[in-house]
Amino acid sequence: MAIKDYIRERFFPHIWCPGCGHGMVLNALLRAFEDLAISKNEIVMVSGIGCSARISGYVDVHTLHTIHGRALAFATGVKMSRPELNLIVPMGDGDALAIGGNHFIHAARRNIDITAIVMNNRIYGMTGGQYSPLSGYGTLATTAPFINIDHAFDVVELAKAAGATFVARTTTYHVKQMSELFKEAILREGFSVIEVLTQCPTYFGRKNKAGSAVDMVKSFKDNTTPVGSKAKLESPGLIERGIFVQKDLPEYTREYDKVIERAMKKR
Amino acid sequence: MNGTLKFVQGNEACVEGALYAGLKFFAGYPITPSTEIAESLAYRLPQIGGKFIQMEDEIGSMCAIIGASLTGSKVMTATSGPGFSLMQEALGYAIMAEIPCVIANVQRGGPSTGLATRGAQGDVMQSRWGTHGDHAIVVMTASNNQDVFNITIEAFNVAETYRTPVILLFDEVMGHTRERLIVPEKDEIPLVERLRTSVKGGVDYHPYLPREDGRLPMSDFGGVHRYNVTGLYHDMWGFPSENPAVVDGLIHHLTDKIRNNVHTITQYKEYFIEDARTILISYGSTARSALHHVLNRRKRGEYIGLLELQTLWPFHGDLIREKCKNAELVVVTEMNLGQLYRQVKIAVDHPERVFLANRVDGVFITPTDIKNMLRLIQGRGV
Repeated sequence: MAIKDYIRERFFPHIWCPGCGHGMVLNALLRAFEDLAISKNEIVMVSGIGCSARISGYVDVHTLHTIHGRALAFATGVKMSRPELNLIVPMGDGDALAIGGNHFIHAARRNIDITAIVMNNRIYGMTGGQYSPLSGYGTLATTAPFINIDHAFDVVELAKAAGATFVARTTTYHVKQMSELFKEAILREGFSVIEVLTQCPTYFGRKNKAGSAVDMVKSFKDNTTPVGSKAKLESPGLIERGIFVQKDLPEYTREYDKVIERAMKKR
Repeated sequence: MNGTLKFVQGNEACVEGALYAGLKFFAGYPITPSTEIAESLAYRLPQIGGKFIQMEDEIGSMCAIIGASLTGSKVMTATSGPGFSLMQEALGYAIMAEIPCVIANVQRGGPSTGLATRGAQGDVMQSRWGTHGDHAIVVMTASNNQDVFNITIEAFNVAETYRTPVILLFDEVMGHTRERLIVPEKDEIPLVERLRTSVKGGVDYHPYLPREDGRLPMSDFGGVHRYNVTGLYHDMWGFPSENPAVVDGLIHHLTDKIRNNVHTITQYKEYFIEDARTILISYGSTARSALHHVLNRRKRGEYIGLLELQTLWPFHGDLIREKCKNAELVVVTEMNLGQLYRQVKIAVDHPERVFLANRVDGVFITPTDIKNMLRLIQGRGV
């Protein structure tokens, strides 16, 4: 199927600002769908609230645009009822790790088969540039006009510790890698987390003098390095990208089938 | 009535009703005094191939049942005061996106953690207005196990008929009262199944285009039709819209579908209303004591009756006015500071004849309490 067959053309143009990285994530995701040749009827996309969450409306799959931070909980209900469907949950940094942080760690702990995408632009864009739990110490935002004293989560470490069985990080500069990671995550059974560093030139960029969208994307190239590379030893400040965790553990809905089996014996 | 005789708590009667109605998915979080509903369903649901999940909180529970309902399952969650507060935002989502679901709130004393193990009826207004924005909601209750069973089935039927969340507003006393329950044979009580679209796969399906009768046939989410569901104001495609005509049309659709059917939705029981000079109005466990008192006084020739409301919202004001038109005294008895009492006062022709007989100290209102409060109201002293 051609890429354009995966989108709902009548709902374009999209709402994202010029230079926003979310469109690049959409692009990589659609390419992943195309490469995997999955039927649109087998994909469910559940999103919350924020710029990132609007991604679901543009894709011609089953789309559930929910409330702030709770997309994973809605997705859990869908997946429990229809385990055969592919669940994809794109979230922003606030959606996934501030208001939705609890659902995030518990979905990971259960290892329920959901592909969670954290579109990390380090800012609340929809509301106009407030700091998020991923903005990081020393950044500026409308709600941190002097300096942000909140430390950022490391999404990869958090997902690892919470029990996600596939954990990866990439950036909007590395669109091909992003697409490959999405494919890998969709094919895997279990809770997958892909953190995508994405640019918000309008708010994060402007507040933090990070330059244009192009400058920001370039910085993802300059400031990241493949997992386990020598460069990381020489420059510890570099952010690693690639696959951090990849392990096979029993998936939640399959485990629940065992509960049903046991329960039926006790009837 | 044929069926299986059981000796159970009110919470278990609710479980029996839910399973009878065809419940297939439950998500919940432990909280007193509703926990037995979750415990019982954790055991019973997988036995029929259904699913149970204990979520990380009540917010997640409410969201999970909405997701599961969309795929075509009958769903439910159960909670109490603090948990019910946490569910309000997602409850609004279910109203906006028109997703059938049932929420049992076994009330305890509030506000806040309040009285975890004591009965109260303080969530009458929260169940009506807990989520933000103008909206309609259906809230039902009952006063004995058989009625808890029946009203639970009715809650599922109403949820499916009107594509709406329905709240079962029980209370601690009712939830933990053990008494007999007869679970009727299958098919004895009619069940409403989901109205599904006849539009074939591959053909454009409009998830939010009402039929002529106002009902919206659903397509199981994840099935043959792909559509968008959102908590934003939306058009017939389910796509966000800020078009004033769309917004105005939707809010009226959401409220009218309940308000215009208040006669059909409303359930109540009446005892000796016809010639009653004094009418008690009550609901939930308090109605048990009210009935006891009425039966006692009738034996002594007093013209007293009871109107037991089972549907609290939508509030059927016309019904209350009609039933109370000849009464010299109307006494609302409830375990709160007058949440339903104020509604009754607005509804009747003679608001000056309406009084409140309540307790808010975590102690169940007994028939003696009602007797004494009536004497005070009538100026006869205790």
